[in-house]
Amino acid sequence: MKNKRDLILSAILLIVLFGASWFANSELDSYIRRIVNLCLIYAIIGLSMNVTNGFAGQFSLGQAGFMAIGAYTVGIFTVPVELRANVFYAVPMNPFIADIQMPVWLALIVGGLLAALVAFLIGTPVLRLRGDYLAIATLGFSEIIRICITNASSFTNGALGIKDIPPLNDVRYIFVVTAITFVFIAALINSSYGRAFKAIREDEIAAEAMGINLYKHKCLAFMISAFFAGIGGGLYGTLLGTVDPKNFLFTLTYNFLLIIVLGGMGSITGSMLGAIIVTAGLEYLRIFDEPLKLFGTMIPLFRPGFRMVMFSALLMACVLFWRHGIMGTREITWSKLIAFCKNPIGFFKRKGAAQ
Amino acid sequence: MEFFQGFLNMSGASFAQHMVNGVSLGSLYALIAIGYTMVYGILLMINFAHGDIVMMACYFAYFGITIFHVPWYFTFIGVIVATALLGAIIERMAYRPLRDAPKNSVLISAIGASFLLENLANYLFSGRPMSFPDIPLFSQNIAIGSIKIQAISMVIPVVTIISLLVLLHIVNHTKTGMAMRAVSKDYEIARVMGINIDNVISMTFIIGSALAAIGAIMWGIRYPGITPYLGVMPGLKCFIAAVIGGIGNIKGAVLGGFILGLGEILIVAFFPDLSGYRDAFAFIVLIIILFYRPTGILGERTTEKV
Amino acid sequence: MKNILKTKAMTMQFGGVTAVNALEIEINEHEIVALIGPNGAGKTTAFNMITGVYTPTNGAVIYTDAEGQECNITGMKPSEIAKIGIARTFQNIRLFKDLSVYENVIIAKHLHLKSDFMSATLHMPWYNKEQAKAEEKVEELLKKVDLWDMREEKASSLPYGKQRRLEIVRALATEPRLLLLDEPAAGMNPKETDELTVFIKQIRQEYNLTVFMIEHHMELVMEISDRIYVLDFGETIAKGSTEEIQNNKRVIEAYLGVDEDA
Repeated sequence: MKNKRDLILSAILLIVLFGASWFANSELDSYIRRIVNLCLIYAIIGLSMNVTNGFAGQFSLGQAGFMAIGAYTVGIFTVPVELRANVFYAVPMNPFIADIQMPVWLALIVGGLLAALVAFLIGTPVLRLRGDYLAIATLGFSEIIRICITNASSFTNGALGIKDIPPLNDVRYIFVVTAITFVFIAALINSSYGRAFKAIREDEIAAEAMGINLYKHKCLAFMISAFFAGIGGGLYGTLLGTVDPKNFLFTLTYNFLLIIVLGGMGSITGSMLGAIIVTAGLEYLRIFDEPLKLFGTMIPLFRPGFRMVMFSALLMACVLFWRHGIMGTREITWSKLIAFCKNPIGFFKRKGAAQ
Repeated sequence: MEFFQGFLNMSGASFAQHMVNGVSLGSLYALIAIGYTMVYGILLMINFAHGDIVMMACYFAYFGITIFHVPWYFTFIGVIVATALLGAIIERMAYRPLRDAPKNSVLISAIGASFLLENLANYLFSGRPMSFPDIPLFSQNIAIGSIKIQAISMVIPVVTIISLLVLLHIVNHTKTGMAMRAVSKDYEIARVMGINIDNVISMTFIIGSALAAIGAIMWGIRYPGITPYLGVMPGLKCFIAAVIGGIGNIKGAVLGGFILGLGEILIVAFFPDLSGYRDAFAFIVLIIILFYRPTGILGERTTEKV
Repeated sequence: MKNILKTKAMTMQFGGVTAVNALEIEINEHEIVALIGPNGAGKTTAFNMITGVYTPTNGAVIYTDAEGQECNITGMKPSEIAKIGIARTFQNIRLFKDLSVYENVIIAKHLHLKSDFMSATLHMPWYNKEQAKAEEKVEELLKKVDLWDMREEKASSLPYGKQRRLEIVRALATEPRLLLLDEPAAGMNPKETDELTVFIKQIRQEYNLTVFMIEHHMELVMEISDRIYVLDFGETIAKGSTEEIQNNKRVIEAYLGVDEDA
């Protein structure tokens, strides 16, 4: 009964949002459209990071590396063959791939699968580690991926990067990918496998004693996370138009870390909120990078770099004073929304009493 | 065959040259790795900001000598004091409030602190690379036979050994050192025994950061380009050095530092084709160590209690 | 009587310390067997070896499965051991604290799931069918043990006695043949202990279980055990029926200490 209602409501919401994306695509100016796209892409990657870090409880910092794999796959295979000599002017492209061209959707999937494959290979040694060690090892692998990309010039054009990636820039397209990601991960979390992930997060030893194969499930979470990070990275590549290894420094991962910490580790609706707030916030903070004149005097505080200071201070403040983020491990559900709409004040009162 | 060219062409003199470079890089890694290992030994956390403390120390030295024209020996003392203070402040602000929080929160806070320092440096000192002040005494070349060695390369190992001896004396023969060892052995019991844990932790950060400052000064003289992100790679590598030696173990950190420094230089010397992968070397060693001997070379093996 | 678990010279050494030395245990089907001994005697270590948390340094663990087949389970992964029908609880309750009571129990059904992760995520009909069956079983189980009304509550918010019970129920949900309980009555008041006694008897009957438990509560042990093993400093110092143990001189010595003057 309830399930059916939620399903219908979700479907309606998706259709409405798709309509909105149609509107955004045709009516909004290119600057706003870019921010909306970035928001959606960050949401995909934030969601993917939440699978490992939030649900399976494995603190991984490899997102930038997996994004790089996706972005480069899209870059390499979607640049039109006739433009490639122009892009690969220093070192000619490897003849093995020089003539392969793919449509974007296929390149995205291939990129995601490659990222998942790399995750599988990395997973064997790395997923035996815990906590800090896992964090540093995944971060290390993210850097190794970047170093390999820098050095494999005949495939990736090395430090010069790949330019002329055909822009996608279609809000509807990116929205659909985001929606699929969201629905897939929500369905995964609500399945038996999702519960197994949570069990591992809560207590590895008990989970194992309940018959959950730790390695298999951690690896699964890691691969799913990498797959979607690869897809998100591919979309990010089309948005940038030019990818080079410097785009995928491990500090890029910190954006998504902030998204999931702010939204709540282990909450997918939280990740969506986090993605919107962080992306929009980072754009908004841009005013801090420009000189500001107040009452005719220059405020010396505002100059390039201040935005990132604010950003990192925000990450710290969030974890110091607001550790559970907006949602904690809770989710926004239809039942809660309806309860809220019926009685907004009572909703929070009851929640306060329950805690 | 081309791959082994570097190996075949190596003469005795250039091998000696590489060894000197490797030992001096290893010494620098060792000094910085000690900071990681001491903090991990007590708080069981990676102080992600440690590499950025190194970076800040370089900027302090730059400002002291180049901007304020303070003689280098006074500046260096000032830098060590200021950096030690910075370390203590970071602990106070970013880690102490989370003493009872889940480990992941502390980890995120550490990442945040590191990122904040980098962005602050970028904002305050601009992202343009600056040049570490030149001190002719250290930067001159000394010729020994057919090899030429920068004076600093000889100074680095000596300073490292002296610092290490002083540190070992502090840890093994003073009251503060005893308290540190007690806290790293058993946090709870040390607390019950009346040891002021907060002071011990502050002391650990002060000592670790002071050593990082010494390392940073010599790093700056050896590799003079200063940027806000200068500390990132050395930071990661020194943490890896600490893990290789056995985290929590000071001698292990030194051993790990030398293994990593020498390994890195020699691999590039023997296989010039791999020089692009130089930074990947440390991570590969890390993975291998964690796989086969997760507690490091000198670490104790432990079993988790169920 | 058919044998269900046997350990052969099972030994565990940590560094130079022998925690358990050449332990020989035999448990028959449908028995309740207790493992007692002073603190640090190696009881939990023995459990950890049987359930795969530790690999014994020496010796073997032999399990007889439902088909009567003897299999060597030494060094198998804990998750595999759970799958063949051995479930356990922990000395210091290890529930999934932030998850609900219901989730805690249904997680234990995951090991019976045959659908792969893709069909589970896409909620394919065969997965839904499997899942519905699992949900039915969990509901039945929770109702039987009086936890159905609190199924939505966070595991960590339950009172202590209920948490202990929930941990046993979670182990039961894996549908074991052999249940290992590590100090189930620890920290319980006399009333809760009495309830637990009844509960253990009840589930053994209901689910045709074999129970192997570590316990310090002598009243409980004497009341429900068929046989008892006594461990001290890693060595088996006595075994036998409750009466035999109660009158065993070495056991009394181990518990009360030897009187030097005597």
